[in-house]
Amino acid sequence: MNSTKVTALSDAKVGNTGIVESIDLPNEVSNYLAHLGFLPGTSVEVLRRAPAGDPTVYRIDGVEVGLRSETARHIFLKLSSGVSGAAS
Amino acid sequence: MSCHTTVLEPIDPTPAPPAPGKKQALRTVALIGPPNSGKSTLFNRLTGMRQKVANYPGVTVEHHSGRMKSIGRSDLTLIDLPGIYSLATYSEDARVAVEVLTGKMPGVPKPDCVLLVLDATHMNRQLMLAAPVFSIGLPTLVLLNMSDQMEQRGGKLDTLALARELGHPVALISAAQGTGLDVIPEFLLHADDKLATKLRPVQLPVLQTPSACRTWATQVTSRSSYQSPATSLWSRRLDSVLLHRVAGPLIFLAVVFAVFQVVFTIGQPLSDGLGNLLTHLGAKAALLLPDNWLRLLLRDGLWNGVQSVLVFLPQILLLFLFIGVLEDSGYLARAALIADRVMRSIGLNGKAFIPLLSAYACAVPAIMATRTIENKRERLATILIAPFMTCSARLPIYTLIIAAFIPNHLFLGGIVGLRAIVMLGLYALGFLAALFTAKVLNSSVMKASTAPFILELPQYRWPTVQGLSLRLYDRGKLFLKKAGTVILAVTFLVWILSVIPVHLASGTVQFSDITNSIIGHLGRWIEPVLRPLGFNWKIGIGLLSSIVAREVIVGTLGTLYGVDPVTHSLGLQAALRHDMTLGGAIALVVFFAFAMQCTSTLAVVRRETNSWKFPAMQFAYMTVVAYVAALVTNQVITRLF
Repeated sequence: MNSTKVTALSDAKVGNTGIVESIDLPNEVSNYLAHLGFLPGTSVEVLRRAPAGDPTVYRIDGVEVGLRSETARHIFLKLSSGVSGAAS
Repeated sequence: MSCHTTVLEPIDPTPAPPAPGKKQALRTVALIGPPNSGKSTLFNRLTGMRQKVANYPGVTVEHHSGRMKSIGRSDLTLIDLPGIYSLATYSEDARVAVEVLTGKMPGVPKPDCVLLVLDATHMNRQLMLAAPVFSIGLPTLVLLNMSDQMEQRGGKLDTLALARELGHPVALISAAQGTGLDVIPEFLLHADDKLATKLRPVQLPVLQTPSACRTWATQVTSRSSYQSPATSLWSRRLDSVLLHRVAGPLIFLAVVFAVFQVVFTIGQPLSDGLGNLLTHLGAKAALLLPDNWLRLLLRDGLWNGVQSVLVFLPQILLLFLFIGVLEDSGYLARAALIADRVMRSIGLNGKAFIPLLSAYACAVPAIMATRTIENKRERLATILIAPFMTCSARLPIYTLIIAAFIPNHLFLGGIVGLRAIVMLGLYALGFLAALFTAKVLNSSVMKASTAPFILELPQYRWPTVQGLSLRLYDRGKLFLKKAGTVILAVTFLVWILSVIPVHLASGTVQFSDITNSIIGHLGRWIEPVLRPLGFNWKIGIGLLSSIVAREVIVGTLGTLYGVDPVTHSLGLQAALRHDMTLGGAIALVVFFAFAMQCTSTLAVVRRETNSWKFPAMQFAYMTVVAYVAALVTNQVITRLF
């Protein structure tokens, strides 16, 4: 097992990967996110920030999704340290 | 949607099973799938109709239906539904899909079978919709679209295993390429039988929550040895440039600028050529007519008016070619990402960007596209500001005035033209008015936004020649139709009013001089209001007539200047130069940048907001802004030059 810690998705840096731990958003929003793949146990990668620094593009299960940091702040993930983490 | 039976018990949708040999039961087929899975492309393939398609989610917001002519089943009606992720949904477009599928939509028959379209490149996610759709219990064919892309990028799938897992037939297709579609008529033949036979039971998730559906989907895909395709490398490389901190916004501006530049450098000569051709044809045709009032009506009245609008066809088509490339390639979603910061600062959801961007073509579909915005207040704000976006109907008057009054200076070694700069300025003006209005609405009418910005970035795709030419053909047809109906009718009315009252002198009909005609009187009656803006009475009549639609002003001016003996032999550009100052001319385009000269937009706002209050408010507000802005423009320019 890697040493892991839980962070908000908005705090993860570009290039980081991790496993979604929990999502703390109103049902309506979290259901929508769930259909895009944001569900506990799925691996996410921080791909890039928009030119203005926000929103950020995340790669989840082969899909690229842009989220504002105000939304990503409520999604928590276990960062995978090192390269070994996300092989789904 | 949370308590369905585990085992699928197909409910027989027809009261009596069809007699053997007679297949009468199957009538209506529903097309369903997640957003941007290619349903509309498939719909167009199967029906031969042309619904709008583009490479971003949420293009289809209403249900459309058509006969499945292209596969020889005109007896079947196909219903294209808006894209949805699940049957438990929150936005307007998703509710439509659910109501149609369950037969609760008034006026739409309950579908007898379902074509479920899924994007084969994202099976884990896309299959989540399959569980609730299967639960409805209709015979379903699962179509894995974009299979060509999946295979190109190294994806794999055992379709037989998948069909076994799902208990429904599965086929790989590519709606864009038109491959694999033979399975559809095949399925429809057998679906007739299946209405009577029992379907194989299939294991579905008990509680259809997103996570349960997801777990189920992942199980199903792994049992059918699905290997998701790699993200195409060039799509990511392209994004690292197009979404680059510095280069991204610059490229965005350069793209927009290039559009206007091309509209002038390539579009203008084409348009001039077409104008010469049409004038020549008109003159030739006029010689065939007897020299009486009929010739005057046809040549000076109708032909001059309609022709002055028709010449803008090349520019309109060029504009739509660019819009088509941007939409089909997937760049629009990136543009929304770049613009989100600006949108947020005025209190709008970045999602509003896509309807607003499509308002550059026309405000009517843009206002309909706001249905994808879940938040009611934000949706209303977007509806109210959309008509400020410079729609293509403004293009004729813009290019007419710019070509007539702005010299064709080139800067930076011929790359940047003054005309394109002025054009860009007009587009920016409309955008700024929209921003300002949104800001005002946000602080008074609307509360701050709460809906989150969630935007899926589609993979880049090459726009196909076929797709682009279909768009241009449709656009061209629409434009010509408008010229042949609305513009022709208004032009005819304007001409009549510009020659009556008629006098009978020595047995022949004498038209009155334009200044003494009804329209001359009307024009001079409204002239005092418009004088400070630098508009003469003919422009005033043009403005009045263009309340119907913006392009109409060009037709009206063509007719009025064609009837007037002083400017009769001049072209429309020359006539305007003869009759207007620079201040008045620029004030005119500024007026058009802001004014709500469009009955179709007013009608669609009324329909979407379900009240007359908003369109009335919008019309009054935009007209006042337009008047004041034109007044200031004329006064400032007249003092400066």
